[in-house]
Amino acid sequence: MPSPIIQLEGIRRIFPMGDETVEALKGIDLTIHEKEFVAIMGTSGSGKSTLMHIMGLLDSLSEGRYNLDGEDVSAISRDKRAEIRNQKIGFIFQSFNLLSRSSALENVELPMLYRRPAISGRREKALKALEMVGLENRSDHEPRQLSGGQQQRVAIARALVNEPPIILADEPTGNLDSRTGDDILGLLTSLNEQGITIIIVTHDPDIGGKAKRRIVLRDGNIEQDETN
Amino acid sequence: MELYLTAFQQAISALWAYKGRTLLTMLGIVIGIGTIIVMVSIGQGANQAIQDQINKMGTNLLYAISGSSKKGGVRGGHGSQPSLRLKDIDAIRRLCPSIKEISYQINGAVQSVAENKNWGSPLQGSVPAYASITSWTLQEGEFINDRHLKTVANVAVLGSVVAENLFEPGSSVVGRKIRLKNVPFTVIGTLTSKGRTPDGRDADDVVIIPYTTAVRKIMGRALPGMVHFILVSAHSKELVPRAKWEMEIALRQSHRIPENGDDDFIVGTLDEFADAATESTAIMRLLLIAVASISLVVGGIGIMNIMLVTVTERTREIGVRMAIGAREKDILTQFLVESITMSVVGGILGTVIGIATSRVISEIAGWPTIISPESIVIATFFSGLIGIFFGFYPARKASRLDPIDALHHE
Ligand SMILES: Nc1ncnc2c1ncn2[C@@H]1O[C@H](COP(=O)(O)OP(=O)(O)OP(=O)(O)O)[C@@H](O)[C@H]1O
Ligand SMILES: [Mg+2]
Repeated sequence: MPSPIIQLEGIRRIFPMGDETVEALKGIDLTIHEKEFVAIMGTSGSGKSTLMHIMGLLDSLSEGRYNLDGEDVSAISRDKRAEIRNQKIGFIFQSFNLLSRSSALENVELPMLYRRPAISGRREKALKALEMVGLENRSDHEPRQLSGGQQQRVAIARALVNEPPIILADEPTGNLDSRTGDDILGLLTSLNEQGITIIIVTHDPDIGGKAKRRIVLRDGNIEQDETN
Repeated sequence: MELYLTAFQQAISALWAYKGRTLLTMLGIVIGIGTIIVMVSIGQGANQAIQDQINKMGTNLLYAISGSSKKGGVRGGHGSQPSLRLKDIDAIRRLCPSIKEISYQINGAVQSVAENKNWGSPLQGSVPAYASITSWTLQEGEFINDRHLKTVANVAVLGSVVAENLFEPGSSVVGRKIRLKNVPFTVIGTLTSKGRTPDGRDADDVVIIPYTTAVRKIMGRALPGMVHFILVSAHSKELVPRAKWEMEIALRQSHRIPENGDDDFIVGTLDEFADAATESTAIMRLLLIAVASISLVVGGIGIMNIMLVTVTERTREIGVRMAIGAREKDILTQFLVESITMSVVGGILGTVIGIATSRVISEIAGWPTIISPESIVIATFFSGLIGIFFGFYPARKASRLDPIDALHHE
C-alpha cells in the first residue's frame, strides 16, 4: 500500500469580501496517496482552484490541518512554502504561464535557479526534461514561436525538472483543442506511470473518466469521491 | 552568486526589451553625474591653476605687513598705522637663520610720462633681492642693483603693461626716458609678463624704482625709513613655518613689544592666499554639486517610477516565479539588480559624457580641467547607491505580492 502524500483534515478557506465573507472550502477531509492520478471536478465556483492552491502551498488555509509528504505545513512561513513548492510540487496552468522573453530552455531551467542548495548541470537537466516532452529540438524557441500544445509541453517540462513527487494541473487542457488536449493528458498519464502523483482540475468529463480517482466538489464540500 | 549573475543577465535583457524607455529613464542620472564630473574637473583644474600661480610668484615665500594680528574685531583700525621700518630688516637679517633672502618695499601710485604718452600705475620702491625672491625675470635690460640703491639712482624697471602703454609695442625701451612726479628717470629694464596675482591684481601693471630713490625723491621725506611690505624666502618649504616664527620674534623684539602685548604687524605665507582662493572655488563647486544632486534625485525618482511600472507589467511573471519557488529575497534581488543596472549604466554614460564635456570646455574656454580617478569611482558608486535607494520600494513591492493574486493578474 503506497503511503499518503497529501492529508487534509477539516480544511476551511474563508475569503473576506468587503463586510461579508465567502467560504470557498467548508471543511475538506481528503487523503491522496503516492502515485495516484486524481481528477478534481465540480461546477464553476465550487472551490476546485482554491483547493488546488492550498494543496500547492500557494494559498494558506483558514482552518484545519495539512500534512504534505509527512510534514505538517499548516502554518509555515512564506519562504518555507516557496522552498517546498520548488522541490515537491510542479504546477501546470491553463494559460501555460511561460516567461515570454525567455527561450523554452531558459523557462525549463528557471525552477532550478531557485533551488537551494544550488545544483549543477542545469542545462543538461533542462534538455532532458524537454526531451521527455518531445521538444528537444525547440529548446531555443521563445513561447510566441510555439503552438499552444507545445507551450503546455514546455510548462510540463518546467514542472518536471526539479523531479517533484507531485504535479498539480489546473485545467491544463482548457485552452487546447481536444486532440492536443488528449496528447497532454497522455503525457501526464505516462508521467503518472513513472511514479509521479498527478492531481488535475478539470471540467471535462472525458478526462475525469480517464482518471483513476474522481473527486467532485460542490459548494466547498466534497460531494463525491470515487475510484475506478 | 550565480543567482545574481542570472539576475543581471535577466535585467539586461529586460531593460534591452524596452531600450527607449530605459534610456529616457536613465537621462536624469546621466545629466546629474555628467554635471558633477564636469564641475569637479573644472574645480580641480582651477585649484591647480591657482597653485601654479602661487608657484610662479616664487616658492617658500613669507611676507610681513603692518597691522594687528588680531583678525577682524575691534583692532581693525590699527593696521592704518604703518609700523614696519628699515631697522626691522636688520633685525630679520640678524635673528632669522631660516630666511634666505629679504626684500622690502614702499608702495605708492604714480603717473608715468613718456615722450607723448602717460600711464598711471602702482609704484614700488624696491631692492635687488625682489627679482630673485619672486623669480621674476627680465624681458629686456637689467633689474635694480645695489649701486642704484646706494647712489639713489633715477632708474626704473617697467612691468610689461606699463611698457606697452608708454611706448610703441615691439620697440626697445631700455635707455628711454620717463618722468615720474616730474623727476626724470631712465628705463633700465622691462619685466616678463606674470599675469594676475592670487588676489586678482595685474602683476604686470607696475613701475619699480630703487627703494632709496622712492623714499627720498618721490614719496617725500615725511616717511623716514618706512617699509610697507617685507617679502622674504625661506631656505626650504619645510622651513617656512619656522621662518614665520623667527620673523615674528625678530619683529616683536625690534618693535619692543612686551611679553603680553599684541603684534603690530602680520606675518603670513603665500600658501594662505592659495588656501583662501581654493576655499572660494570649493564653495562654488559645492553649490553646483548641490544643483547636480537635485538632478540625481529627480533621476532616481524617474527610476523608481519606471520600476513601479515594470513591476505592474510583470506581475504575472512574478506570480509564475513565486509558484515555481522564488522566495521574497529572490524577487527583491531581481528587481534591485535591474534598477541598479539602470542607474549604474546611466552613471557610466554620465561619466563618459562629463569627461568629454570638460575636454571640450578646456578646448573652447581655455580653462584647465582635471579628471581625477576618484571622481569617476565616486560617481559610479553614487549612481549605484541611487539605484538601490530608489529601486528598493518597487522591488520590495514586487517581492511582497501574493502568488495567487500575481498569477491571476491580467
Ligand atoms: N481571492 C478571493 N477572494 C474572494 N473570493 C474568492 C477568492 N478566490 C475564490 N473566491 C471564491 O471562492 C469560490 C471558489 O472559487 P474557485 O476559484 O476555487 O472556484 P473553481 O471551482 O475553481 O471555479 P472555476 O471552475 O470557475 O475555475 C468562488 O465563489 C469564488 O468567488
Ligand atoms: Mg478554477
